[in-house]
Amino acid sequence: MNVKDEIRNFVVENFLFGDAGGLTDDSSFIREGIVDSTGILQLVAYLQERYQVAVADEELIPENLDSVQRVAAFVEGKRQGSAAGAGNAG
Amino acid sequence: MTTTTGFSPEVLRLDPQREADRICARIRELMRNQVKRGGVVVALSGGIDSSVTAALSVRALGRERVVGLEMPERHSARETLELSGKVAAALGIQTQVEDISGILQSVGFYEKYDSAVRMVVPEYGAGWASKIVISGVADQPRFTSFYLVTQDAQQVQATVRLPLQPYLEIVAATNFKQRIRKMLEYYHADRLNYAVAGTPNRLEFDQGFFVKLGDGAADIKPIAHLYKSQVYQLAEFLGIPEEIRSRKPTTDTYSLAQGQDEFYFSLPYQMMDLCLYARNHDVPAESAAAVLGLEPQQVRMVYRDIDTKRKTTRYLHLPPLLVEEVEWE
Repeated sequence: MNVKDEIRNFVVENFLFGDAGGLTDDSSFIREGIVDSTGILQLVAYLQERYQVAVADEELIPENLDSVQRVAAFVEGKRQGSAAGAGNAG
Repeated sequence: MTTTTGFSPEVLRLDPQREADRICARIRELMRNQVKRGGVVVALSGGIDSSVTAALSVRALGRERVVGLEMPERHSARETLELSGKVAAALGIQTQVEDISGILQSVGFYEKYDSAVRMVVPEYGAGWASKIVISGVADQPRFTSFYLVTQDAQQVQATVRLPLQPYLEIVAATNFKQRIRKMLEYYHADRLNYAVAGTPNRLEFDQGFFVKLGDGAADIKPIAHLYKSQVYQLAEFLGIPEEIRSRKPTTDTYSLAQGQDEFYFSLPYQMMDLCLYARNHDVPAESAAAVLGLEPQQVRMVYRDIDTKRKTTRYLHLPPLLVEEVEWE
């Protein structure tokens, strides 16, 4: 399973109780009411545990974390040492 | 919908006497027709909201039908009891002091809280103090994140971002305070055949800044429709002591002093009030920004934060949800 599918599964299982409904890879977690600030903490904890990706303060931005697509790109970027957002932790 | 014409701090100006009379008439009506109890219990924190709620209750029902509860604990600010005592004296109401430290100790609060803090600051212990603060929503377009500020015995402060589990543990433990206080409010209300008057202002009520079944619980909430600046206007009219009116709003919840704008709201209350009003009345971000001395982008972020908080705290307002409607009236 690739990173995007894993993240999608995490979101569906943890925040949508297994029912993906209309979730697309580009759905905004915040605008659609899928994830709140505590949910972002859960997501960050998952990224750290699953991919050993540390998320710096300045990386906690919608560009990195507000959709399946963005999170996947962020993780891939961090793994390759060039995060989509600013910051250098991880 | 109102137009944006004339948006200024003056939109929150009210006629204090007229508003006080309107609220008091409504309190009497609610007590007579729905609550059907002989008076109210008000938890006094020494802050502006509880002082105004108590003063309005006295004006509506008479001072002999209002009891003030003072419920300090180990972490309460030193001036809390002194200020709540001054309000009670000014209003001429009977008070009861319940130090909740013993109950908090019994439920393991202090131990649970310290253990949660030690998940991120292992050396945390006797002589230390701490609080949670949030990242500034209006500073930059970031998700809200939570930080723990600690202060060691030498008064040296440090800040660390909270990961999920310690954050949840700290908040869950801290919520004991609001829930224990509410339990005692209902104890005294029941023994007196009184109701409980809650003290949230509009900012707190709208934005979900309360603990469910803690300070969120009450039979009546007389100032939930008032912006905080309006609560201050009523306070002056009602003769609330100056010391309370000039005190910076605090949560009085953590062992380190914590302003409400550090923990929950992204701006000081005067600005939050205006942003919330502007959001409620479709004032464009540019117009609000000009009045507030902010950049339009900052106001847009605050608007977004207002919307997000409404969405994410909606469940706090809900009664227990049923599978199907059960008729009971």
